[in-house]
Amino acid sequence: MVILKRPLRLIIATFLACLPLMSFANQEVDTAKVKVEATHEVVAEGHQEGAHAEPTDLKSKIKAFIGHHVLDSHDFSLTQDNETGESWGFPLPVILWDNELHVFSSAAFHHGKETAESNGKYYAINHHDGKIYRTDASGTITENEETGFPSNVRPIDFSITKTVVSIFAAAILMFLIFSNLAKSYAKNGGIASGVGRIFEPLVVYIRDEIAIPNIGEKKYKNYMSYLLTIFFFVLFLNIFGLTPLGINATGNLTITFSLAFLTFLITNLTANKNYWGHIFWMPGVPKPMRIILAPIELLGVFIKPFSLMIRLYANIFAGHIVLMSIIGLMFIFKSWIGSSLSFGLSFLLSILEILVAFLQAYIFTMLSALYFGSAVEEHHHEEGHH
Amino acid sequence: MEKLINQFEFGLFFWQVLIFVGLILLLKKFAWKPILDAVNEREEGIKNALESAENARKEMQNLQADNQRILNEARAERDAMLKEAREMKEKLVADAKSEAQAQGLKMIEQAKAAIESEKNAAMAELKLQVSTLSLSIAEKLLKDELSNTEAQTKLVEKMLGDVKLN
Repeated sequence: MVILKRPLRLIIATFLACLPLMSFANQEVDTAKVKVEATHEVVAEGHQEGAHAEPTDLKSKIKAFIGHHVLDSHDFSLTQDNETGESWGFPLPVILWDNELHVFSSAAFHHGKETAESNGKYYAINHHDGKIYRTDASGTITENEETGFPSNVRPIDFSITKTVVSIFAAAILMFLIFSNLAKSYAKNGGIASGVGRIFEPLVVYIRDEIAIPNIGEKKYKNYMSYLLTIFFFVLFLNIFGLTPLGINATGNLTITFSLAFLTFLITNLTANKNYWGHIFWMPGVPKPMRIILAPIELLGVFIKPFSLMIRLYANIFAGHIVLMSIIGLMFIFKSWIGSSLSFGLSFLLSILEILVAFLQAYIFTMLSALYFGSAVEEHHHEEGHH
Repeated sequence: MEKLINQFEFGLFFWQVLIFVGLILLLKKFAWKPILDAVNEREEGIKNALESAENARKEMQNLQADNQRILNEARAERDAMLKEAREMKEKLVADAKSEAQAQGLKMIEQAKAAIESEKNAAMAELKLQVSTLSLSIAEKLLKDELSNTEAQTKLVEKMLGDVKLN
């Protein structure tokens, strides 16, 4: 442990030392982007025929920028220059299923400014939700009067979006780190070495503090792979979200939905008789009560993963919005007192967000383990089951 | 709510599930299983090492107790031996003493008996000599003084009586 202590401290110290740099980087990227949004909106105006109020003042520009950051995107742009309209980043492949397969580069959209033509069909990115719709050659997107959502046909979008790239990057990083950690045991006589050993205490923690107490000594091994993967996956993506790369994967409802969906599937597919018995025919309560309890318990089955999904999504989503708003405040104040204050605040919030990143990963894993534990529980209701 | 539902993107869901499930399976094979095995093994190793150290300590204690016991036994044995030797010595001395006494007494007895027999022998010889002497005296008296027999006899008797008293 003594050997491990020093590098860990060093890494933490370096990380903390680099935090202000990250905020600086964010700030610069944001200025560029905020300005770009303005031009972007101007261009978009032509397509949308002024259906929406176009942000003119700085406040609405920042709001629009934040609104776009938290959504998924079809290209990976790191920064843009509004003066020349140049963008630094890279386009990503767009894969659409619209009765037939359409594959083309997102560069064809020119950052949402133009419609892309593929196999005789035209597609455009809706400026509001960042999604691809089928349009005519001029890129008209008509909106439903009642709901405000576009009424254009939406192809099924299998595009490799920014979020897909980031989850893929997280997956590759995790695979490299943990397979190296696994190999280092054999090489180093049972003791971890290399970068991966930072994570060894976390692995042991998940086993000893999350899996074993919640699932039980007998069955925890079946769930370890899932719990470890989900913990590090969420943690890595949360941390990715705090870098100036502008990734917001765990703040994306689809991602949290799929994670919660897997927890839901595993819970209910591995559940034993005892678990279903407690849902449909609760032992230990009068019979009329059992009939009332059954739908409530059944609802609970769906509410549990739903709360998992919303909790992670809302925490990360809100964290991004608050942090970016405070960074945005710097440009609204434009005074040395106000801007430096909001800089300090954003710095503190960044630290808080790191805590939230770990906490949310922990909570997601912990609750998943809890649900798995209740699904494979063997003991009787006398011991206080609910 | 509608806005939330609208945010759901099937393509992203597809990729996410594909990547995530693939990641779970890959990591399970290449990372989690070996890592957890190694950690378990190491923990077992530490546990075993601690156990064996504890056993060694107990064994050491046992050995020390054994040593103490053996030492005590040896001491007791030594004491017993010493005691026995002392007793034996005393007994030997006592035996020797009594035997010596008995021997002495026996020798004294023998000496006494020898003296007695010597004395008896001497007496017998003396008697023989006295008788011889008296016979020769009587002879001489008979030869010399047949006249005064009476006086002579009285003298002989008187002399004999004197001899006997001796």
